[in-house]
Amino acid sequence: MATRTVELEVGRNPEMVIDGRPALSPLRPFDVQEPDLGTEEMLINIGPQHPATHGVLRLICELDGETVMSVTPDIGFLHSSFEKLGEYRTWNQIVPLTDRMDYLAPLIYNCAYVMAVEKLMGIEVTERCKVVRVICMELDRVFGHLLWLGTTAIDVGAFTPFLYAFQQREKIYELHESLTGARITTSATRVGGMMADLPEGWLDGLLDFLEEFPKTLAEIDRLLTGNQIHIGRTQGVGVIGAADAINCGLTGPNLRAAGVDYDVRKDRPYYDYETYDFEVPVGEHGDCYDRYLCRMEEMRQSVRILHQAMARLPAGPINVEDPDISLPSKTDCMSDMESMIHHFKLITEGIPAPEGDCYMAIEGSKGELGMYVVAEEGGTKPVRWRIRPPSFVNLSVIPRLAEGHLVSDLIMINASLDIVLGEIDR
Amino acid sequence: MTDRPFSGLDAVERGPLPSDASATPSTASLDGTSDHPSVAGLKGRFGDAIQGHRLTAGDQTVVWVDPSRSLETLTWLKDDPGQLYDMMSDVTGVDYGNGRPVEVVYQMFSTTHKRALRVRCKLPLDALEIDSVVGLWQSANWLEREVYDLFGVTFKGHPDLRRILMPQDYAEGYPLRKDFPLRGRFTRAEQTRRALAQDVGRFYGAEELVEGGEPQQVFAKPASEAGEER
Repeated sequence: MATRTVELEVGRNPEMVIDGRPALSPLRPFDVQEPDLGTEEMLINIGPQHPATHGVLRLICELDGETVMSVTPDIGFLHSSFEKLGEYRTWNQIVPLTDRMDYLAPLIYNCAYVMAVEKLMGIEVTERCKVVRVICMELDRVFGHLLWLGTTAIDVGAFTPFLYAFQQREKIYELHESLTGARITTSATRVGGMMADLPEGWLDGLLDFLEEFPKTLAEIDRLLTGNQIHIGRTQGVGVIGAADAINCGLTGPNLRAAGVDYDVRKDRPYYDYETYDFEVPVGEHGDCYDRYLCRMEEMRQSVRILHQAMARLPAGPINVEDPDISLPSKTDCMSDMESMIHHFKLITEGIPAPEGDCYMAIEGSKGELGMYVVAEEGGTKPVRWRIRPPSFVNLSVIPRLAEGHLVSDLIMINASLDIVLGEIDR
Repeated sequence: MTDRPFSGLDAVERGPLPSDASATPSTASLDGTSDHPSVAGLKGRFGDAIQGHRLTAGDQTVVWVDPSRSLETLTWLKDDPGQLYDMMSDVTGVDYGNGRPVEVVYQMFSTTHKRALRVRCKLPLDALEIDSVVGLWQSANWLEREVYDLFGVTFKGHPDLRRILMPQDYAEGYPLRKDFPLRGRFTRAEQTRRALAQDVGRFYGAEELVEGGEPQQVFAKPASEAGEER
């Protein structure tokens, strides 16, 4: 296995370290004796309607002056009971619910859900479908990380990276649109394949993006990675150790920034990820800065995977050729009796599943995204459809990370966890 | 989904128990041998507490554990050097309906041995409680709160067992139970009336922060009084 390191281009400033640990606010001048102005404890709400909470999240903060004594997150404002709705829908009808959860990386959710259902039913998708889904998932990892990058940079006062990042996101939106017909609510996957094969010329568009994107990423990297203000706002802020991070259930870049090399693509490989040549960046300090570095590096690695996937994309059918699973083509439906019957049965009844349950974990852009489906014998609807939400578990550590920091650091910590409320509240 | 949905306040008074409870077993637990190294260890050490195991979805191992001994079993799975399931990925519930037991499902992964294991505990509907594992895995904190919120399973020893996704004063029961109708137990008119009768100021008070406290009861007074005040 390839090495898993992040090359830290910027060394830690030793003056920013007090007693062997990083100062909470390194930009604060240490030698100035400030008069004690006297502070009082107060209770303030950040959110639910506040741009810095990245969604309808409410943080109830107990403050002593400007220091956070405790944080109590209040969630559920966006609860849409997707899991309950899923119990009333057939397997394929659930796909549109999945992209409404993480609207920042919708294709990953589409893929994860159908992968769980296919594993439950024992369906082996075609080689072409596997590679297309890998392309979709890696493209949306970049998509999700870019939004995180832009909005987090805004939270620490840098406006330019936001514009650069959203320019690139716009190009991915266009790729989404030509692939699926929608920019956010993609609903691109179906059990046993995809809604449609890649349109003509789509790969050229992707290649154009892959040529332009690393240049923009390098520009953003130059703006932020060595930026003293950015370093001051992120290094030593929101630190969590490796053992604690595992125990708290952190996954994804948040866990890897703490020095744990757990990546579902490497540790529980799916879709031949073990045959792609890519590295998993691992941080060492577990602070906001390392989370930033990990995500930046992950985007570069995703570009590598995308190049490899495009090179190996095989020809052939995209859907499994089983009339009980895949819909027949429109032409066949109109001209062939059997195809019409299959179409009718699939639409009205759905695909029968075997009795059992299946937990499928994949590496989403936020962390380990698990889809758990439970079916009864012959059931065309799930008995239970459960999403293991990475942001939900990641957010639950915020009281622990933010304690003792300043309010402005709380905003940075919240941003660095990369949450999406659509998926937390579901 | 075959349960007859109740509606209105009757259902709330009746409580979360489905009516026509027939004690049919849920998912079959098949006994036999298993390749999974944890299964043999569990059987040898805990004997009767292991109610069964099976292979599902191709390569996933599920173990059914007696809920009264779940904490003991899970502690061993976390701490034994041969197991070391240090990552509790998910805690969730499954309700099969028709009076069958509600199951609590634990998805575990060992970052040392790169192994996954699923543990399920069947809880009969008249005793929906199980030991909390927050002491072992911090990640279970919010996940158990969610199961409590949506299924009504009580986790004994949980430090802060409050509703998490639904409002603290949610009065309609447990939404992911099969006896809960898709659109809720109250009519739209009743839901609107209750929403308008809320004392919004209480949602921003300090008492909301008291951990493990009683949920707010903003509907304590009769509806007629609330109407007069408005």
